[in-house]
Amino acid sequence: MRATFPHMGKLDMVMSDLFDRTGIGYIVPPRTTTKTLQLGVRYAPEFACLPLKVTIGNFIEALEAGADTLLMAGGVGPCRFGYYAQIQECVIKEAGYDFDMIILEPPGAGYRLFINTLKKLAPGKSILEIWQIIKIGFGKARVLDELEKYALKYRAYEVKRGDTTKAYKRALEIMRPAITADEIAQAREEAFLVLEAVEKDMQRPCLKMGIIGEFYVLLEPFVNFDIEEYLGNMGVSLERSVYLTDWIGPSKENPIMGISDKEVAQAAKPYLNHFVGGEGLPSVGHTVIYAKEGFDGVLHLFPFTCMPDIIAKSILPQISRDFDLPTLSLVIDEQTGKAGVITRLEAFIDLLANKRKQKEFGKSPVLVG
Amino acid sequence: MRGFLGVDVGSVSTNLVVIDEYGSVISLIYRRTQGQPISAVQQGLKELQKDLTPDIKIAGVGTTGSARYLSGVIVGADIVKNEITAHAIAASHVAPQVRTVLEIGGQDSKIILLRDGIVVDFAMNTVCAAGTGSFLDHQAARLGIPIEEFGSYALNATVPCQIAGRCSVFAESDMIHKQQMGYRMEDIIYGLCQALVRNYLNNLAKGKDLSSPIVFQGGVAANAGMKRAFEEALQMEIVIPEHYHVMGAIGAALLAKGTVRNGETRFKGFSVSSIDYRTRSFHCKGCENNCEIVKIQVDGKTLACWGGRCGKWEVQNPEEADLLVQASTTSSVM
Repeated sequence: MRATFPHMGKLDMVMSDLFDRTGIGYIVPPRTTTKTLQLGVRYAPEFACLPLKVTIGNFIEALEAGADTLLMAGGVGPCRFGYYAQIQECVIKEAGYDFDMIILEPPGAGYRLFINTLKKLAPGKSILEIWQIIKIGFGKARVLDELEKYALKYRAYEVKRGDTTKAYKRALEIMRPAITADEIAQAREEAFLVLEAVEKDMQRPCLKMGIIGEFYVLLEPFVNFDIEEYLGNMGVSLERSVYLTDWIGPSKENPIMGISDKEVAQAAKPYLNHFVGGEGLPSVGHTVIYAKEGFDGVLHLFPFTCMPDIIAKSILPQISRDFDLPTLSLVIDEQTGKAGVITRLEAFIDLLANKRKQKEFGKSPVLVG
Repeated sequence: MRGFLGVDVGSVSTNLVVIDEYGSVISLIYRRTQGQPISAVQQGLKELQKDLTPDIKIAGVGTTGSARYLSGVIVGADIVKNEITAHAIAASHVAPQVRTVLEIGGQDSKIILLRDGIVVDFAMNTVCAAGTGSFLDHQAARLGIPIEEFGSYALNATVPCQIAGRCSVFAESDMIHKQQMGYRMEDIIYGLCQALVRNYLNNLAKGKDLSSPIVFQGGVAANAGMKRAFEEALQMEIVIPEHYHVMGAIGAALLAKGTVRNGETRFKGFSVSSIDYRTRSFHCKGCENNCEIVKIQVDGKTLACWGGRCGKWEVQNPEEADLLVQASTTSSVM
């Protein structure tokens, strides 16, 4: 078997690590590029959302490179993502490719199905062994997220532009070979030392912005035009609502990278009191939490035609008024131009900076850019 | 006397404005971009130079609009600013109490909300350009009416037609249909204005608190029919500033005035209007993305480049840009 999977931020690193542990042959799809997107757009239905288009492109490029088994996550929510694996199978087979499809449905869709799929992915391993592999692999993935979270927060303060990005890449490379729990712990320490060694100017008056929205658009830098690096370079310190392990590891009670689902739902309650699929509810909840924590603003990203985040978008203006918190919603798809995104971000940063100055210096109107 | 230059290069028009120390307009040039931003700026500068009295010395320059980086390189801008901020600053300069700015330009439309002189919210059209200047231009041409008279036709409407305004293509077919049914031209034109206002409010103003004073600016504010349609839809009075069509440039000039203060300007002088700027594009071979990079050159020397996803071509000064381009040529990766 030569398994493959779609790209989504650091997912390739986590998946390679897991496959190395289970002993399955795999191929990492070529990096997502405009060519990947073009392939996806050619085969995917026009009004499907961007994640389907890009992942179809990833799969086709991986099949061309010799993969024979596609691994895709399933889902049970009202969001269309839940049946994208089935659509991918149809669409890519119709395009003339031959392959097996393994769909990893969440345990919520049936525990037995979940276990059976895991057994397919780890042939000859006992349930206990699989559990241990998941546990250690997930622990490592979590360290990767911690490193990313650190980079998002401190990039804005770096003295020399680009240092944080370089250090973050090096930190990931330090983590890559770590296998045992001890090695992971030791690599974690080294990786953090590298990030912490980046020279920072903590006196710099950086804006604090929360990024919320649909997970794929948030986690995949190719589709969001490397928005986080851009904002960091513009002097904006970031906190993001979802990290890779939040998305892979379903947990109702325990916070994974920060805020638990329960806390988010609680915060959202005055505005939205039930699950609406995808990140609709988390987007609302995180905005409220960020408002209470005194963030300067919230940036909301989602793919064109994304139902759950359209619901969140229609609620944001009310939260924005109640907490005096500026929000900006950006819709992203294959037609979105980078120039338009940059113009809006520049204006949003001006808005936040002027608002902060007004808070600090009283009510006199300030003419600054 | 010191003057501050603001340059706004948009999709349809290129505007240059010089303001004095108090922010009053001394001179303004409004011309069509016609897809050639560089020569539009150069021609604009020539006209401006003729128009200005010799005692005025340019002490600062700001650029804005979709070609703000390009024009910034050409004129030597002290500040390059997005058009949303520029429009907001100009509006609050002419109407300090302004709370809502409606702006409709050649191919984009925006809404900006201000409180106590600062921007608190904004939106810009994303998926649709129905109702912007280009479309009105096109319809005026199709009906054989000069665009300048479009508004007065609209004001003479008695029973406005209902026109489908969600999509400009369907709006056009609907207008043709109404013409063929025999409706009066005036009623059709005002019906179109109403449809475009509905489209604007649905696209940009959903969930936003539009309160007065409201300022309406951008080229489309010249259309009295649009003003009346906005007033009817919002049930509020709408103010159109004297220089409504060059507000972006005024904003850029005000920003330049705020940036330079007593320092040195980077303005390259009016002589840049006769320099032969050339733009070339090439595919960057740095990775699989194959980004199309544009470079601006004078006598084979690169002044600036942009267009890549990763940002490596967008360097701060011309020397670096030139080195970068030379390096990529000599290693034959271009």
